[in-house]
Amino acid sequence: MIALLLRDLRLAIRAGGGFGLGLAFFLIVTVLVPFGVGPEGGTLAKIAPGILWVGALLACLLSLDRIFALDFEDGSLDLLATAPIPLEAVVTMKAAAHWLTTGLPLVVAAPVFGVLLNLQGEGFFWLTVSLALGTPALSVIGTFGAALTVGLKRGGLLLSLLVLPLYVPTLIFGAETVRRGTEGMETGAPLMLLAGITAASIALLPFASAAAIRVNLR
Amino acid sequence: MSIWEYANPKKFMQTSAWALPWVTGLAALTLVGGLIWGFFFTPDDYKQGSTVKIIYIHVPSAMMAINAWVMMLVASLIWIVRRHHVSALAAKAAAPIGMTMTLIALFTGAIWGQPMWGTWWAWDPRLTSFLILFLFYLGYIALWEAIEDPDTAADLTSVLCLVGSVFALLSRYAVNFWNQGLHQDASLSMDAQENVADVFWYPLLVCMAGFVLLFVTLVLIRTRTEIRSRRLKALEARERMA
Amino acid sequence: MIPELGKYAGTVLSAYGVTLALLAGLVALSLWRGARVKRALEAQERRMGRNG
Repeated sequence: MIALLLRDLRLAIRAGGGFGLGLAFFLIVTVLVPFGVGPEGGTLAKIAPGILWVGALLACLLSLDRIFALDFEDGSLDLLATAPIPLEAVVTMKAAAHWLTTGLPLVVAAPVFGVLLNLQGEGFFWLTVSLALGTPALSVIGTFGAALTVGLKRGGLLLSLLVLPLYVPTLIFGAETVRRGTEGMETGAPLMLLAGITAASIALLPFASAAAIRVNLR
Repeated sequence: MSIWEYANPKKFMQTSAWALPWVTGLAALTLVGGLIWGFFFTPDDYKQGSTVKIIYIHVPSAMMAINAWVMMLVASLIWIVRRHHVSALAAKAAAPIGMTMTLIALFTGAIWGQPMWGTWWAWDPRLTSFLILFLFYLGYIALWEAIEDPDTAADLTSVLCLVGSVFALLSRYAVNFWNQGLHQDASLSMDAQENVADVFWYPLLVCMAGFVLLFVTLVLIRTRTEIRSRRLKALEARERMA
Repeated sequence: MIPELGKYAGTVLSAYGVTLALLAGLVALSLWRGARVKRALEAQERRMGRNG
């Protein structure tokens, strides 16, 4: 299992693996927003939590179709499916690799981008915490979407259509956590719900993802 | 004589052929009757004026938007467990109907809200939830269309329906949290079920029945089409191989 | 026969209009596609001499 994880990490970091693309996209979004809404500090401060979360979410979306595509094309996915470890574990490791190469960098970079958007006070702390708790859910949910569309040639757009509605609860609670944090309010409730969604997704979605992979490999 | 007999496509076609005229007739009767009753023969509401008449289209369509998805969920489960093709095709058939109902609920909700809220769209929790439901329908239908092999499509869309249902419920709760957290005063409740006077309630019931029957009629028609379509593809494939 | 809709006439009528248009469209599409598939199936079955 760990071997699988390391293999995917190595593949992602290699040239052409797409590592850093998500981060670059996140940066671009962060830079574009002030051009769109004006440079006024008050406006930016108000929308920063939401923009940062949406940007992170979209950046995660970018690398989703890579999760299974390469293995599917060269037949390694068939091998993985018949390997001694359960497909559910394979899928979880794939999601973990995605998180380590896409989600985690976003968590680290977000506070820096927060500065660009005039994020206030405690918001930085809560941004990091909420993204750290929420991005794993994005990876796991995204893996499910990737599993559904793995057989499709140009499934990228469909993948986005399927996955984005599933991201809504995580986005709502994540952004709300940051928003409350910036205003110095209690963040317990949305944070707990965010963590709950992540935990439940990690526990349950791999079964659905594995089922989808099996269907697509038939 | 078990209900599972109708899982047999041939039996389903026979029974639905027989039932369709009756269901259609009943649907037309209740729908047209209910709408005419509600539109022409009910008074105005002292608070909302004549816009209360929108209740007869907004509430039934919203109800059907949800019920259609529930039916798809049940049909998907039956497909996963018992592999009855009619069930999978019925779910596929129901989706566009549910999506249309969702659209109607959204449009009538927005139009109704305009004079009340002064804006064409408001991120009211209920309307927002229906917007998300619309996206779920869109994704489901798109997935059916994208996959060539019918059995694969049936399998994948039923898994999507299952997972989607859980997230749809989650979203409903999240959206309530998201809106009510900030604006306590914003929700003008369009939940007509609270304190609806009898004079509005009875025609509303008839309209709801009309929408349900319309749904049943259309599901029967569309499932028949899907069964025929599947058979057509099978015959074409056989011809190509011969 | 049209009831006195007052100042909300546009609102109510457009709501009903949109609804009826969407429902009519749904019904029309369902029937049209149904007829088309039925015709195609019958043609195909005739072509294959009704075997199968």
